[in-house]
Amino acid sequence: MRAYLDHAATTPMHPEAVEAMLPYLSGTFGNPSGAHAESRRARVAVDDARERVADLVGADLGEVVFTGSGTEADNLAILGTLAGARPDGASPGPVVCSAMEHHAVLEACRAAARHLGVEVREVPSDAAGLVDLGALANACTPDVSLVSVMAVNNELGTVQPLEEVARLVHRRSPGARLHTDAVQAAPWLDLAGLTALCDLTVLSAHKFGGPKGVGVLVVRDGVRLEPVAHGGGQERGRRSGTQDVAGIVATATALAVTAARRHRTCVSVASRRDRLADGLVAHVPGLSVTGDRSRTVPGHAHCTVDGVDGEELVILLDDAGIAASAGAACSSGAVEPSHVLASMGMDKDAARSGVRFSLGATTTDADVDRVLAVVPGLVAGLRH
Amino acid sequence: MRVLVAMSGGVDSSVAAALLAERLGPDRVVGATLKLWGGSSDSGCCSVADVEDARRVADQLGLVHRVFNFTEEFDRRVVSPYVEGHAAGRTPNPCIECNRHLKFDRLFDRARALGFDAVATGHHARRATTVDGSHRLLRGADPAKDQSYVLSMLGQDQLARSLFPVGELTKAQVRAEATRLGLRTADKPDSQEVCFIRSDEGRRGFLGERLPLHDGRLVDHASGEDLGPVAAVELVTVGQRRGMGHGHDGRRRYVTAVDVPTRRVRVGPPEAADSPGVDLHTVTWVDADAGRRSPFAAVAQCSAHGRPAGCTVRPVGDGTLSVTFDAPQRRIAPGQTVALYDAAEPDRVVGSGIAA
Repeated sequence: MRAYLDHAATTPMHPEAVEAMLPYLSGTFGNPSGAHAESRRARVAVDDARERVADLVGADLGEVVFTGSGTEADNLAILGTLAGARPDGASPGPVVCSAMEHHAVLEACRAAARHLGVEVREVPSDAAGLVDLGALANACTPDVSLVSVMAVNNELGTVQPLEEVARLVHRRSPGARLHTDAVQAAPWLDLAGLTALCDLTVLSAHKFGGPKGVGVLVVRDGVRLEPVAHGGGQERGRRSGTQDVAGIVATATALAVTAARRHRTCVSVASRRDRLADGLVAHVPGLSVTGDRSRTVPGHAHCTVDGVDGEELVILLDDAGIAASAGAACSSGAVEPSHVLASMGMDKDAARSGVRFSLGATTTDADVDRVLAVVPGLVAGLRH
Repeated sequence: MRVLVAMSGGVDSSVAAALLAERLGPDRVVGATLKLWGGSSDSGCCSVADVEDARRVADQLGLVHRVFNFTEEFDRRVVSPYVEGHAAGRTPNPCIECNRHLKFDRLFDRARALGFDAVATGHHARRATTVDGSHRLLRGADPAKDQSYVLSMLGQDQLARSLFPVGELTKAQVRAEATRLGLRTADKPDSQEVCFIRSDEGRRGFLGERLPLHDGRLVDHASGEDLGPVAAVELVTVGQRRGMGHGHDGRRRYVTAVDVPTRRVRVGPPEAADSPGVDLHTVTWVDADAGRRSPFAAVAQCSAHGRPAGCTVRPVGDGTLSVTFDAPQRRIAPGQTVALYDAAEPDRVVGSGIAA
């Protein structure tokens, strides 16, 4: 048995979600865009799923766009908004984002800089792992067209002060759209509270017990969005391409299960996370937990370990049957230096020593025991 | 024994991994691909396609495969010194510096931290252990593919934990083995040139982006006569013939010296490009107790596939060596590594140094 403590990377699917998607993989296989009974059944399934998701995130049916991933939804939110910002074709005003954003956001903003000539302003974080509101205020000039601040940071789990961000943006950059990558928030936070603050909110199904390959963009009515993928005009012309019917149905089910159990899950996961974090601090000299725990979602325990290379610790943990992560894994499996820790002003050596344990609904006490039993010895060995 | 095998995605390291998996069992072998270069690359160990090849081969052999990100060290230890060397008119060998600082240092440290007893690579070289337990570094069994030159800076500490499983094989045998095992890398061409320089940009494009290239003057090595303009003195190498034209006697001209500060490239006839010897710094010895203080006879090899030349090596007090060739040799560009082999046992590496 392995101990899986990388829920921020991906989660196992809720059994209810697996169950829900199966009929649409074989029996009800129709293309939702057709004109016959098979298509109608598929379309009803997608419509039902959209309505359930809309209810759960406090949006209207027409405000929910399904995409092929959270990354695609972020790209559509950013590039689609900027492309739609100036019908006269002039370059849109500057984009402001936090420097600790996921690469899906950072790279989409950089692509906008390259292709649309947009100025991108990246705002640093404070030592607690929160976006620096003073720096954000300075970046938010009246001509800003889009502001993107994530709801929860993926490496640290820190909950970003979106209410303050929204107030600040509306006051200083009244013409700007506010986008939030809420991919890490879904298991833990009330999503209706987020969509009420933001023009564009992004979710990824596999982070909350849904399947990989489905993203959700909640786009407030009235926000002009140019499509990024062109074609048959599905998703009200905002995202062409035949919908992943089974995946979308499973996404709605996973979100419903997550929401129904959210409170209970938060309480139990937070207590296990606290035991893990406190135990590590108590038994591993030189280990400190990153960020302010009272402002961190229940699942995250990010730490830095003096004199230890996080990548090496993660490999030894893997050998010992524990899945954790260091920094953000790139597609090849190599660990990239953490831009999140760098955005907090952490020096290179400290940033290199970061390890993230992320717990989820399926994490057990035994998983926590295993980590606490193994880490002190591994760290001592690495320092030897 | 647990072994970490460095897999570049090429055929040699694929077969090295296969031989180890066969010998030790796949549970005792882990494949690792080093991500060394953050920029774009079309060869070497850095492209996504090469990582994929390594991963697919490892999977086929039943090995765990990992990717180590050493881009920062590679930039600091290999790429930056390469650029700085050229800026100063030297011609560093990045493969040797990569072996010295990355493959046989950083990777060794990591292997030790992760509990491995040895690191294996796909180099064509052999390690022999003597009765007293010391290790010798020998040329690979295939003279045409021998890579002992790029390993010549290894010492006992590193050799004690190094394995070169394909060193006993010829390249043809390596490919035959890869074909027998059905490895996807069996027919992959050998990597060429410097791994971090794309073939479409070349050395000029790569260095031109990273340092100012200055046009200079060609001058006669003896008379100092100005012979005309020369482009990008930082790209000119001592011993170079290409682009230097012909002398008054119709013979080709060779570069005898590059002086970047004054932007002068000295050229002369073939005999002026030869040198009776070379001084070496950054000296290493394969034998821990080399302690060589008196002159000794050796064989010098001055490039990866250079022709070995008999010489006498005189240790100088400050840790440098003065090498005198038995017959004059083409001048060695400053920054190049010279590998020294035993005079009586010419397959055996005794040490190395960098040309002053």
